[in-house]
Amino acid sequence: MAVKDYIAPSSVDDAVAVLSEHGADARPFAGGTDLIIQVRERRRQVGIMLDVKKIPELMEYSIGADGSLRVGAAVACARLYNDAEVARRFPALIDSASLIGGIQIQSRASLGGNLCNSSPAGDSIPTLIALGATCEIAGRGGRRTVPVESFCTGPGANVLQPGELLVSLTFPAPAANSGAAFERFIPRNEMDIAVANAAANVTLSADGATFTAARIAIGAVAPTALLVAETGAALAGKPVSADTIAAAAAAARAAARPITDMRGSADQRRHLAGVLVTRVIEKAVERARKA
Amino acid sequence: MTDKPNYRVIGTRPVRPDGIDKVTGRAQYGADTRLPGMLRGYVLRSPHAHAKIRGIDTSKAEALPGVKAVMTAADFCAPGQTVDQLPDLSANLMAGTKALYRGHAVAAVAAITDEIARDAAALIEVNYEVLPPVLDVREAMLPGAPILHEAMRSRTPTGPGENPSNIVAHTLSAFGDADAALAECDVVVDIVTSTKMVHQGYIEPQAATATWNPDGQVVIWTCTQGSFPARQNCSQILGHPISKIKVIPTEIGGGFGGKIAVYLEPVAAVLARKTGKPVKLTMDRSDVFEGTGPTPGTSIRATLGATKDGKFKALKADMAYENGAYPGAAATYATMVAAACYDIEHVKIDAFDVVVNKPRTQDYRAPSSPAAAFAIEQLVDKAAEKLGMDPLKLRLANSSHEGSRGPMGMPFSRIGHAECVEAALDSPHYNAPLEGPNRGRGVASGFWFNVGLRSSVNVTVQPDGTVSLVEGSTDIGGTRASLAMQLAETIGVEYEDVKPAVVDTDAVGYNDVTAGSRVTFASGMAVVEAGRNLIKEMTARLATAWNVPADAISFSNGVFSTADGSKTGTFKQIAENVVGRGPGLTVSGSVNAGFLQGGGFAHHIVDVEVDPDTGKVQILRYTAVQDVGTAVHPSYVEGQLQGGAAQGIGWALNEEYYYDETGRMVNAGYLDYRIPTTLDVPMIDTILVEVPNPLHPYGVRGAGEPPIVPPLAAIANAVYRATGQRQTQLPMSPRRILETTGKLG
Amino acid sequence: MSKKHITTRINGEDVEFLAEPGASLLAALRDELGLTGSKEGCNNGNCGACNVVFDGALVNACCVLAVEANGVEITTIEGVANGEELHPLQTSFLENAALQCGICTPGFIVAAKALLDKEPDADEARIRHWLAGNLCRCTGYDKIVRAVLDAAADMRRTPA
Repeated sequence: MAVKDYIAPSSVDDAVAVLSEHGADARPFAGGTDLIIQVRERRRQVGIMLDVKKIPELMEYSIGADGSLRVGAAVACARLYNDAEVARRFPALIDSASLIGGIQIQSRASLGGNLCNSSPAGDSIPTLIALGATCEIAGRGGRRTVPVESFCTGPGANVLQPGELLVSLTFPAPAANSGAAFERFIPRNEMDIAVANAAANVTLSADGATFTAARIAIGAVAPTALLVAETGAALAGKPVSADTIAAAAAAARAAARPITDMRGSADQRRHLAGVLVTRVIEKAVERARKA
Repeated sequence: MTDKPNYRVIGTRPVRPDGIDKVTGRAQYGADTRLPGMLRGYVLRSPHAHAKIRGIDTSKAEALPGVKAVMTAADFCAPGQTVDQLPDLSANLMAGTKALYRGHAVAAVAAITDEIARDAAALIEVNYEVLPPVLDVREAMLPGAPILHEAMRSRTPTGPGENPSNIVAHTLSAFGDADAALAECDVVVDIVTSTKMVHQGYIEPQAATATWNPDGQVVIWTCTQGSFPARQNCSQILGHPISKIKVIPTEIGGGFGGKIAVYLEPVAAVLARKTGKPVKLTMDRSDVFEGTGPTPGTSIRATLGATKDGKFKALKADMAYENGAYPGAAATYATMVAAACYDIEHVKIDAFDVVVNKPRTQDYRAPSSPAAAFAIEQLVDKAAEKLGMDPLKLRLANSSHEGSRGPMGMPFSRIGHAECVEAALDSPHYNAPLEGPNRGRGVASGFWFNVGLRSSVNVTVQPDGTVSLVEGSTDIGGTRASLAMQLAETIGVEYEDVKPAVVDTDAVGYNDVTAGSRVTFASGMAVVEAGRNLIKEMTARLATAWNVPADAISFSNGVFSTADGSKTGTFKQIAENVVGRGPGLTVSGSVNAGFLQGGGFAHHIVDVEVDPDTGKVQILRYTAVQDVGTAVHPSYVEGQLQGGAAQGIGWALNEEYYYDETGRMVNAGYLDYRIPTTLDVPMIDTILVEVPNPLHPYGVRGAGEPPIVPPLAAIANAVYRATGQRQTQLPMSPRRILETTGKLG
Repeated sequence: MSKKHITTRINGEDVEFLAEPGASLLAALRDELGLTGSKEGCNNGNCGACNVVFDGALVNACCVLAVEANGVEITTIEGVANGEELHPLQTSFLENAALQCGICTPGFIVAAKALLDKEPDADEARIRHWLAGNLCRCTGYDKIVRAVLDAAADMRRTPA
């Protein structure tokens, strides 16, 4: 029943070799704030704990000459939000990174881990989607990339095949006159799983009066976080106004497919999707105008 | 109060004697016990809320390498006894014929490691016949509901019921003629409320370690609220004499009523007997939620009638309290507290204790009172609105007072409810305007009767003139300090010269549980008695030494002196020079302080803001007023008020046992059972009202229970002011606020 | 399964121990090393009672594997005082009556120290935000927050 081994490879190739050899019995972890608990509480059977924090490529992040940001899959949230340059360029990412668990969790938990845990309510996932992140995945046959909105396939499930490892996330440089934001709703003021969450990434005309493009994502209202194309479409080309944003929120409510559980009812979640989408669009607009 | 005595030690704020151990990590709590050769135990629990147990096969578990023993309910049976004959006390610790709630223990394993014990537990095969559960208190009362105990008959005012029922007892508390009086009232308000089961939420899970020697001597280390009652319960469950059981209380990481009952102690003892080795058992957090005793959910209907000039005439209530899986007395308590804040001539309360397929409930801070106040204090608010009166002035006009009817019909001694309401009226908080949209202010009163019960202490004079204070009441919130202070006050020494210690059940006379806000009160009385006995004994010895009659020696302000003043000595001088050169000197103080100690009242004021889009309630400002009699250590008294208020805030807004239809608590962890964090409560202002308790030599009144009573209603009243919508169900979660304010269509 | 040999540094002392590959750092500290000052309140990262500083970062020891401690520097509650000299936070907790039962106190002190070490000017809002992962059921947090504010002021007056 218990964990049989702990392996901390120092390269992606070595990690892929372990994963390929042991299949589902080996499980990668970075912060371990989800996996270690799942294994202890016997909700998940793991033979080999594969610690990816000794792999330099997974522990680095950098802003490219083109303004894009590449974040190793195991970089702790706290490292990102403590970086002033990342915070300045990608504030929505900081919105998410500073909300995943308490301080004690953020010092370990990573965006990559949050994504691979593939919870419908993961607090980074709508942001990753709204920002148009790309996942770099290593496997026996080499590397492939997947748009982040296609990564999760259901609660706790994703596109990673046996032997594959998430290496990094790459965020394109923010467009001119763009802004992004993330919010979640929880019953307390910290430490809860989102009842619903949402992220918006909007691009405005040079005068800040019109939406030229938008990517809106909502979480905890469907088996996976959703990129809501209808919401983006409801904004693009429209004036920045309460009516436009209300139409976008209505589109988000319509796209939600929530369930009722101990964290919230389906009606409540659908309602909150609209409230949160409204709030993140407003915040994203504010950031875009300041940009 | 103007005539407050001029105390020397009482009312100061010294550092607690156990403080350094607790800020350095040295203090030893329940799970910190480590003994040579110790085994680890693990308890297997029922996955079903209601199921017959047809059989338990432990053979695979026993065969697992590293496993040393497995036990079931059969191990609690006396020779010739069968598991269906076990009393509730034992059956709740280990299910025999029926599992009555999810989390009900069914077997336990001792092994060389925790991991192996868990593996072994997973190999135990329990043959269950799953039965339909009943989870709602009102449904459980209906004919045709699934029956938990076939042999149980309701106790009713007219005698025992004829058929099996989940109603444990129907208790009627009636004074005057409430129905007739209500018909004549100018203003009548009513309410129907429901609250969910909630947990004390102490941060330290239960833990117990036991040894069982071949001669039958049993030693149990446990983080209990009462080592003596724990010993008694272990003796009953194990069928083993008290004289052969020693309970050593460790430090205790919170209890609030939840660590009165034993759970792991007898199991550890049986496993120690079977293995011949020390066995330690600890609960996981999920075990704590599912396998210990939360406080009942309730369903209450209440009606209050008043004259047009604001005099309460009649109160009528029907109150049903969940007892969980085994009979309790929560609703009976409710009859003692529900109407206590007010002087009402006609009262009729029908109270129902009811079993449901949930954990056997236990006390939680002022047990039964918060849910009752949630209904009654909203009625008072509704009446104030109808009458067009200030809610505080209405309370003041109807307040209970010395001589008015208290719990069980007994007249109150000197109490301080009116003084609390007056202090609230005068408070900066109540006089500050509350502005802004979606905001509201609420107030509510609360009562807890406070208990006395039995306490014993020993006091020993040390050769250097200091004294040791040995007590048996486990210290959860600073009572070593509050007792040492009372002794220092009594015998005229410095607080630092009293060294208190909590000892085991062999080392001091009987002490009841640390509960009911009784330790600083009743153990304090024992301390004062011991102190007086000590002075008497020292006076006798001094008489010999000074060669004067004992009655020629007086003691005051810490100084012994002869009438003519020719001979004097401080306590310390006499202790060192006279007692220190003679035979050792130990005295004791023992009291039975009775069941009730006079009653504690609280009044709270809260400002909230409700987000109309999300339904979330933020607490903006909070003030807790309370009559504490005499605040021995004001910082720790304030801490009681603040902690109780915070627990009440959690109960009001987010905490609940959330069950699925199969009877599984789906939020059995701190992630989804949402107790308040630092960000969910503001600073909590306190106003200590001191109306000395005539039943205690220093006027002490229990302070721990009352502060959890007002918050539920105070917040509901504030939310009403903010939204225009009454909240009759707890928790007032964002979901519930959205639903009740019509935001979900 | 075989135990791993771990070499680490705890509270300034070199320490070696054997760890099961799936065991938590909390279990190792408490059961293998006798450092029971770190408490288990939930064992799943939701109460903070087991807070330690691990490789410079505040973590829940229950959410770290013991084997990850190899080559790492760790500070537990037992290492907060300087010998017999209490840390200002410890003194402040005592003077402010910031503990009742005391079970959460080690976690709060370790967490608060991690904050004040890098943000000596932390205000009430920052302190409440930082400590949101530490649960206390006794105090309502009022006196804890005041104790941290007082300690911060004290530490600013007399830098270590």
